[in-house]
Amino acid sequence: MVDEKHWLERPETIAKLWRGGWVLLALLLGAEFGYHPHAYFTVDGWFGFHAFYGFSACVAMVLGAKLLGVYLKRGEDYYDRD
Amino acid sequence: MIEAVTFPPALILFAGAIALPFLVGVARQVVALAVPLLTLWAVWLVPDGNVMTLPFMEYLLTPVEGDRLSRLFATIFTIMTFTGTLFGLRQGSKLELPAAFVYAGGAVGVTFAGDMITMFLFWEIMAVASTAVIWSAGSAAAYRASMRYILMHLFGGVVLMAGIVGHVMQTGSIEFGPMQADNLATWMILVGFLINAGAPPFSSWLPDAYPEASWSGMVFLSAFTTKTAVYVLLRGFPGSEILIPIGTYMIFYGIIYALLENDMRRILSYSIINQVGFMVVGIGIGTELTLNGAAAHAFTHIIYKALLLMSAGSVLLMTGGVRRCTDLGGLFKCMPYTALMGIVGALAISSFPFTSGFISKSMIAQGAADQHMLWVWMGLAAASAGVFLHAGIKYPWYVFFQKDSGLRPSEPPWSMKLSMSLFAALCIGLGVYPDPLYAILPYPVDYVPYTTGHVVAMLQLLLFSGLAFFVMLPYMKRTLTITLDFDWLYRKLFRIAARELVDRSATAHAAAFEDGEKRLTQLVARIFRSHGPHGILARTWPTGSMVLWAAVLLALSLVFSYQ
Repeated sequence: MVDEKHWLERPETIAKLWRGGWVLLALLLGAEFGYHPHAYFTVDGWFGFHAFYGFSACVAMVLGAKLLGVYLKRGEDYYDRD
Repeated sequence: MIEAVTFPPALILFAGAIALPFLVGVARQVVALAVPLLTLWAVWLVPDGNVMTLPFMEYLLTPVEGDRLSRLFATIFTIMTFTGTLFGLRQGSKLELPAAFVYAGGAVGVTFAGDMITMFLFWEIMAVASTAVIWSAGSAAAYRASMRYILMHLFGGVVLMAGIVGHVMQTGSIEFGPMQADNLATWMILVGFLINAGAPPFSSWLPDAYPEASWSGMVFLSAFTTKTAVYVLLRGFPGSEILIPIGTYMIFYGIIYALLENDMRRILSYSIINQVGFMVVGIGIGTELTLNGAAAHAFTHIIYKALLLMSAGSVLLMTGGVRRCTDLGGLFKCMPYTALMGIVGALAISSFPFTSGFISKSMIAQGAADQHMLWVWMGLAAASAGVFLHAGIKYPWYVFFQKDSGLRPSEPPWSMKLSMSLFAALCIGLGVYPDPLYAILPYPVDYVPYTTGHVVAMLQLLLFSGLAFFVMLPYMKRTLTITLDFDWLYRKLFRIAARELVDRSATAHAAAFEDGEKRLTQLVARIFRSHGPHGILARTWPTGSMVLWAAVLLALSLVFSYQ
């Protein structure tokens, strides 16, 4: 059976979404030139702080979870078997 | 026209729970939907201050004492009950809805309790009724999980009760108001509250028990227990600094465990603890802004978490019980509406601008910044990014996109779609126009969520987290695993210890018994030797020897008498 792929699943749509995403991220960084952000501390006044911090925090959390998983993950039937 | 309600509004929900089992069909549905609305109406007619006293032993209970904080929580509890009822209209279990009404009644009862005895009574009603909600799922796994659940809550209840008794002995007052955790009694009260909030180390009861409830049951469960705990913390321990590290731990615990989880509703369970962590931090900071923020976040959280769980419940029901991310995926094609609802909930929990999460959570972060708490603020910002990671993208991605799982479920029935639409509308409505919520918060609101700086900063934080998600996707491959938690202690270690104890006692008992038996056998054998049928004492004696012995005796008596 050959069924037409949903438009969201086509490779060209996914490529377009990635391109759109990059443009959006660039625009968000560029937006900082458009106003004077009010910083409460020093770090949050740095250019692109939230972008950089959000990205690196997430990478750190994924890797941290991965590391913890090495020690804490068990099979689904862990509590059922003796 | 009634001007003021002077009885506990919870009684309406209790009465509804009693009436429901006697009703069937449309009458049952009408009553089921009317009862929460009637309760909501009553909640808003409770005036400020104490309107009812009830003598109990030597104390005067005040079961109905209203103020802005109690009305706020009672309002969202009853709105939640209404929407949950609508969502679960087609639930086959006859136990679940009455149990949920009693559960909700307990939560509403706690919010209006002016004294600690009334509060404790409703608190325990919640523990029992929520266990019944889990039971309603009817599976063996649900039963076992519910038993672990109630043991934890009864333990929390005992700690709370002991604390209340100590506090009443010390102060002579049963009034439920702000306290300081500076002696054993108030510490025990705080611990009792925190166990229900899912604070460490007692967090695992939540992701252990809630996902075993039915597709509709978990929607109720997500709302009441933890948010009632937030309410009592707001009332009893505002500004207690210990809550800041506890809440921060909960925030990151929720993210890390959700990242490791494979079960879709367990992911959402961990994210409840994560979200309650934000509220606990807000209560710990304790300024008017953060207390408002914590209360507002509880309000918006109940709505978007229920929305997320309704979309997950729809998937669970329509796929016939598929719950693992590894088995799900690609459902956006056959369940586009459910997927859309899930995405709205996911955006709101991530506090995207123009959703309800943004206007509530940002108050807590702003409060931390105003207090110059750099590390708390950094933690909250990292956590906001993490929320998008573990719930905002992970949940919709693995359930509705990811890959084609081959599952082709249809959309859920209209009542379920309607209830989701209702809460999705609230998520966006409150995000765009927060004023009605701000107007009913405990303190006057002097906070503007929508400034260019706030919006750009939040969008940067979230969208770059989104980038991190897709960059790190290969590292997040789902596995058929569970993750060890504190409950390992009582589900594994204590179990092994108990089995070891039983085994060793049994061996020792058997050995001791065997030894005793041997000794007894030897004793019997010895007695048998002398007393048995062939024993020396049981021999038949010949007449001659008797005559001889008689003669000897006679002779002896002669000798003695002769002297």
